[in-house]
Amino acid sequence: MKPPPFAYECPRDVAEAVALLAAHGGDARPLAGGQSLVPLLNFRLARPAVLVDLNRIEALARIRVGDGALRIGAMARQAAVEADADVARGWPILPAAIGHIAHPQIRNRGTVGGSLAHNDPAAELPAVMLALDAEMIAQGPQGQRTIAAREFFAGTMETALRPDELLTEIRVPALPEGTGWGFQEAARRQGDFALVAVAVVLKPDGARVVVTGTGDGPAHMEAAEAVVAERGTDADACEAAGDAAAAASEPADDPHAPAWYRQKLVTALTRRACREAVIRMGR
Amino acid sequence: MTTRLIGEPVERREDARLLTGRARFIDDIRLPGMLHAAVLRSPHAKARFTRIDAAAALALPGVHTVITHEDLGTANTPMPLLNEDPGFIHPRTHQALAPGQVRFVGEAVALVVADSRYLAEDALDLIEVDYAPEAAAVDLVAAAKPGAPLVHDDTDSNVACRTADSNGDIEGAFAAADFVLREELRPERGAAQPMETRGVVARYDESLDQLTIWDTTQAPVSARGVIADKLGLPEAAVTVIAPDVGGGFGVKIFLVYPEELLVPFAARMLGRPVKWIEDRREHFIGSNHERLMVHRIEVAATTDGCILGIRDHFLYDSGAYCPYGPINAQCAQAILPGPYKIPAVHTEYEAVYTNTPVVSPYRGAGQPHGNFVMEAAMNHVARALGLDAAEIRRRNLVRPEDCPWDSGRIFQGNTPLIHRDSDYPAQLAKTLEALDYAGVKRSQPAEREQGIFRGAGIAFFVEGTGISPYEGVEVRVEPTGHVHVTTGYPSQGQGHHTTLAQIVAETLAVPPEQVVVESGRSDRFAWGVGTFASRAAVVGGNAALGAAEAVRARALELASDELEVAPEDLVLADGAVHVKGAPQMAVPLAALAYAADPINTLESGTEPGLRAADYYRSPDGAFASGVHGLIVMVDAATGMVEIEKYVVVHDCGVMINPTIVDGQILGGTAQGIGGAFYEKLRFDEAGQPLVTTFMDYLIPTAMEIPPIEIHHMESRSSLNPLGVKGVGEGGAIPALAAFAGAVEDALEPFGATVRAVPLDPPAILALIEGRCEGRAAS
Repeated sequence: MKPPPFAYECPRDVAEAVALLAAHGGDARPLAGGQSLVPLLNFRLARPAVLVDLNRIEALARIRVGDGALRIGAMARQAAVEADADVARGWPILPAAIGHIAHPQIRNRGTVGGSLAHNDPAAELPAVMLALDAEMIAQGPQGQRTIAAREFFAGTMETALRPDELLTEIRVPALPEGTGWGFQEAARRQGDFALVAVAVVLKPDGARVVVTGTGDGPAHMEAAEAVVAERGTDADACEAAGDAAAAASEPADDPHAPAWYRQKLVTALTRRACREAVIRMGR
Repeated sequence: MTTRLIGEPVERREDARLLTGRARFIDDIRLPGMLHAAVLRSPHAKARFTRIDAAAALALPGVHTVITHEDLGTANTPMPLLNEDPGFIHPRTHQALAPGQVRFVGEAVALVVADSRYLAEDALDLIEVDYAPEAAAVDLVAAAKPGAPLVHDDTDSNVACRTADSNGDIEGAFAAADFVLREELRPERGAAQPMETRGVVARYDESLDQLTIWDTTQAPVSARGVIADKLGLPEAAVTVIAPDVGGGFGVKIFLVYPEELLVPFAARMLGRPVKWIEDRREHFIGSNHERLMVHRIEVAATTDGCILGIRDHFLYDSGAYCPYGPINAQCAQAILPGPYKIPAVHTEYEAVYTNTPVVSPYRGAGQPHGNFVMEAAMNHVARALGLDAAEIRRRNLVRPEDCPWDSGRIFQGNTPLIHRDSDYPAQLAKTLEALDYAGVKRSQPAEREQGIFRGAGIAFFVEGTGISPYEGVEVRVEPTGHVHVTTGYPSQGQGHHTTLAQIVAETLAVPPEQVVVESGRSDRFAWGVGTFASRAAVVGGNAALGAAEAVRARALELASDELEVAPEDLVLADGAVHVKGAPQMAVPLAALAYAADPINTLESGTEPGLRAADYYRSPDGAFASGVHGLIVMVDAATGMVEIEKYVVVHDCGVMINPTIVDGQILGGTAQGIGGAFYEKLRFDEAGQPLVTTFMDYLIPTAMEIPPIEIHHMESRSSLNPLGVKGVGEGGAIPALAAFAGAVEDALEPFGATVRAVPLDPPAILALIEGRCEGRAAS
């Protein structure tokens, strides 16, 4: 479990990092917190020729609120977001979900951008960013572009990022007054990837129900959202939303759980997350 | 005054080093000029090969050698068979490097030695082997059937061993039964997974012709013998040292793993020190496993729940070879009746080769399996007869007034399992009280109305400990006044140095700080076998006591000469011998040690030194016992289980150090919970391992293990001078059955019956919904 040989680059700013990615084409991989990439290297499952280490680019680690939106630098540590007072006030679903990511030691190192760009199909942050209608800011040789979360997550460990693009910032819009939220996760042990996780955000003008762990990444459960939109936000609507979400999920069997079991989890956890959100809406 | 130390919660002398990063584990050993090894392992569960092409690997700069079976010569003869079994049909042991045929994914095929481990692994990628894969026998039940692909082509069946053991009138028991339970019970395959993996460092000193091997083994003295023999060296030229070892649990005792031979072979061949550190993936496929058995048990009972007899026929997965002998099966069948007074028992097992890693003991060595089978069967008989799970146990227990009560079973080391020195009914009563068992039962009807599924489970255990062979300890008082204690069996974290110091310091009436303990170095003490089977305290502890008592007697003799007072009028206290009632008339032990080495006046035929060695073997072992009880809450929508309370009632006789006893119980119970709900190894049909990381092998962490409430019942063992019974494995043994019983109790409204462990949430939801496809035994 030692990585194969690779070259190492340590750029000091985003422009240099992007230039390095462009220069090496698909042979380079950005290194963020390394909590997923380094194990992949050690198992020799990833064999990039060049690692572009982003850890010295201080500008990428900022967390701030501007124009009402939360702006998280791609290299902000998960633990920093989890502990941020502005985040807790305005986007409390984020620390709640981050608490399910592995253990404190890993969250101290792991980054928000790294998790999103890696897009493990059972990871918490992609699901929550989808539920929050976040936008991803990507920097490439041709400049900057904004990618909606809906377009960003493109399948198992796939994103809309091009090989020469770097995810630099995540923008999360402000949640209107009276928004309720719920986050539910079932995992075998504290800190494991989710068997299933469900993020529900109920805004006065619409619902977001996102399920992850059932397929190739976070999925909007539009049928469940429609149920809540039609029937209003009460316990009965949550029951029906759970059924709708399960009906729309198509998990496969894997060594940790058979498909039918994950479907049961989607029902149970969607109901619970929805009920949590309803209670919080009323506060 | 003599200070009482045995029985005191003395702080572990090991902890300061271990907890502040000052320990010296195998990977901390760095020698000048040291090279690094990596092992090429078979990617096939069964294949033949004729050619290993290492040219490209050898051409890589920094690669020193690639060793294959052809290079080993006589060093590659089959490893010894450690334990005989009367039913062996064809025992087969492994070789250091597979000679043209591989029998499991992970089997060692070649060793690369390079400047760094990184380079060595790069070289592994460049070695080509012309494998011709063959059909593999993977599933235990299928492998046992005639016509299954053969693991060893020179046999006619994968059944390595078929053994039966009977006591009592089994036919009569079943003829007299009102009720017979028949079912198949299945504890799945798991592994110990100590925090530290295995590792070997070897250095050959050409000028002295001495080979020194640092090895994470639990048996350095025994390993020395095998390594010297295979390498054609005198034992005197080989030293094996077990440094600080980060957990063993049985997986680190094996004679020997390929790397324990290959690394010294390479060091001698290259004239450079060589290090090999097992990585976690290798540990999953290249180190031994444990656990899988399939039992078909029949229980004959009367309507009032008296067990008249049991028959158990079981298959035991041996893995690709059987070098340890079918010890796990032997222990499972011996321990099967547990603490119950069952007049007739018939057991029969078949140890079966499969194309999977070798199986050898892991904490409990088959006892968790036998225990799960018996305790699960007790629960199921109770339910069938409409009895409470605690009540049926109470009715069948061996009672103190029956003891000694010979169960008729023979445990490992040819040890007869005779019940004595314990009070099973009192253990049960204590468990039920601590658990508030009656309270749980009372609340259940109302809770179930509200969709709350809470249940209680209990499981007894009887743990074989202190078995043969012997261990030895030498105690020597130095002229400095320090007491030097040496033994061969090493520690993997059990705190032996603390407990040995307690025994010796109390016996010699010296402060424990004056006692220096060394263990696990074949150059310091080369007798005895190793650390396993919960036997160090019993066998080593009593040897330490015997040696210290002999030193005390010698000290009194010497002091008697010195003080001209009869020995019976002398006592030891505060590091000196003094006259009873006249403490000012004293001679320090240091002075006696000096006097015991009369260099100019020693008489031929006498021995110098204030020292003694003692060797102890306990022919009847020392059986420990106890009960685990727990309360669980099952989430009926997700199948998740929360343990609300966990109680252990435990009797390991005299506790030398209660803190260390508690640690053994807590760690063992955590591993038992792992086996009950989390840890399971899986293979696909071709024998490819599906679980090779801690993402997939779910060891419970501090977050999953609940607080564990321990109640000690200290019934002195009548079988040894210290009065101790072993404590290493009892925590792990009954947890499977207790957990399964608690889940069944919680899900009683659904008629849930648990027949396989570990459970997992899908299996539990399947029990609730009456599904077949979620069963844990998939």
